[in-house]
Amino acid sequence: MKGLTTDREGHADVTRSDRMRRARRIGFTTIVLREFSRIIRIWGQTIVPPAITATLYFVIFGSLIGRRIGEMGGFSYMQYIAPGLIMMSVITNSYGNVVSSFFGAKFGRHIEELLVSPLPNWLIVLGYVTGGVVRGLLVGLLVTIIALFFTRLHVEHPVTVVAAVLLTSIVFSLGGFLNAVFAKNFDQISFVPTFILTPMTYLGGVFYSIAMLPDWAQAVSRANPILYMVNAFRYGFLGHSDVDVGFSFAIMIAAVVLMFGACVWLMEKGTGTRE
Amino acid sequence: MKALSLRQLSKTYRNGVQALKGIDLDVEEGEFFALLGPNGAGKSTTIGIVSSLVNKTGGTVTVFGHDIDTDIEAAKSCLGVVPQEINFNQFEKVSTILLNQAGFYGIPRGVARERVDHWLHQLQLWDKRDAISRSLSGGMKRRLMIARALVHEPQLLILDEPTAGVDIEVRRSMWEFLRRINEQGTTIILTTHYLEEAENLCRHIAIIDEGRIIENDRMSTVLRKLHTETFVLNLGSPPARPLSLPGYRVVQVDETTLEVEVNKDQNLNGIFAALTAAGVDVLSMRNKANRLEELFLRLVEGRDVGSGQARVTGVGA
Repeated sequence: MKGLTTDREGHADVTRSDRMRRARRIGFTTIVLREFSRIIRIWGQTIVPPAITATLYFVIFGSLIGRRIGEMGGFSYMQYIAPGLIMMSVITNSYGNVVSSFFGAKFGRHIEELLVSPLPNWLIVLGYVTGGVVRGLLVGLLVTIIALFFTRLHVEHPVTVVAAVLLTSIVFSLGGFLNAVFAKNFDQISFVPTFILTPMTYLGGVFYSIAMLPDWAQAVSRANPILYMVNAFRYGFLGHSDVDVGFSFAIMIAAVVLMFGACVWLMEKGTGTRE
Repeated sequence: MKALSLRQLSKTYRNGVQALKGIDLDVEEGEFFALLGPNGAGKSTTIGIVSSLVNKTGGTVTVFGHDIDTDIEAAKSCLGVVPQEINFNQFEKVSTILLNQAGFYGIPRGVARERVDHWLHQLQLWDKRDAISRSLSGGMKRRLMIARALVHEPQLLILDEPTAGVDIEVRRSMWEFLRRINEQGTTIILTTHYLEEAENLCRHIAIIDEGRIIENDRMSTVLRKLHTETFVLNLGSPPARPLSLPGYRVVQVDETTLEVEVNKDQNLNGIFAALTAAGVDVLSMRNKANRLEELFLRLVEGRDVGSGQARVTGVGA
């Protein structure tokens, strides 16, 4: 039968497309496992710091200052900021994982291991993004557990929680990938997190409701995509959001599609990776 | 079947440097092929394009019949590349690097483990399998890169200066190893600055210079094109008067060293006869360079290999 061959591992009657599919699956799994083992190997840099930071936020903003603030949106301040803090850790860790791992691979030139392999570029992007999502969710879960020591977390809409955290993690993993593609030195991989991502996250409604802000500040806040992600996630927990949740998901899905397309296109073009 | 075929391959870098000016090259299956050239000639660019690390400007590349423009995954599956510079993750274990590489080529874990063990033994890295790769010596790192390139058992292995900076013992063991895998059917393309290495290992040679192929033939045919050889003679004492060796081109390098260029149809007896008559003792004699080195220098310096036009600066003739 045309198209049927014996593969190099000795499995008979395998079509070329079957072989390719299996090879891609193994290749993808390898990238993800490599990323996961990197996260675990350097746990002192990847897991511990966000846990300490989250604990400090809960102690200072939640327990100490939060008591004086009182209720926000009908919930205790601790309950109100908990989803935002979880989301903040997901954002920074998803982004940080991909930007450091991919730039590290570029800097150490071991990205060439992947570039010379038969894996298509979209799968390489997907592998790194999955690695970012794994770390984002791992840290997010850890921060959630820490939050449970300080407050009770009631989940109003579980599907919304999962969808929001997953999409946000994908968006920022893709963002980290884009940053790493263009970065030429280590300064350039810390520039975006320090000067763009952190301010946007802090001003994205993690610690407050934008209803507290004057109209002009609310309008400015609405230009910040992180506001929509934090609020979609908070809606999943509390059933309360400052923005339209459907619109938030539309933004996240559009961002995933556009950014993934951009990453693959840049890889095909060889920007930052090929001569 | 052709393991590699390049047609009108060209590359112009963004800074305007034209690294390749439309080269044509065929490497037959099973060949041990030397791609030589001076620094900046275009060797690494060619290898970079074939292995997808450099984007070409024009032309076509096919690897075992698979065009890299239309069938890149199949073309890459046939290729193993050992680059010039160390490019593995220096924080990973030796065995992990090989296992991951096998995974990138779609080899299932069980098969990959067997192959990793096999190549670690073959390249004498078994004892270092759990070592962090950064801790390996220079020679071991080179061998690790060869093992990594072979773990998916490619049909075509490209080695870009694989023995650069390694000691002679390691280099010779690598030669033996490469000869063996070539005999077992792997086509090999080798670039090197050690011309002795190319002459020893390769059956076919192409020389690239300023982005063009200036020689491409069987090694034996190419070496036959060298019509002259230069010998270095160490003399027992300085000659009492200027030496005259009719028919030979002679350069007196210093008081007790002569370089004599001999045409293929000349014998050496005349030299010794003339030196004996002049009362000069010859203590030792050696080739100035190996044959391929001599030919290489003449080709890249743009001189006719058969003309016997040596770099004459001293007395004689």
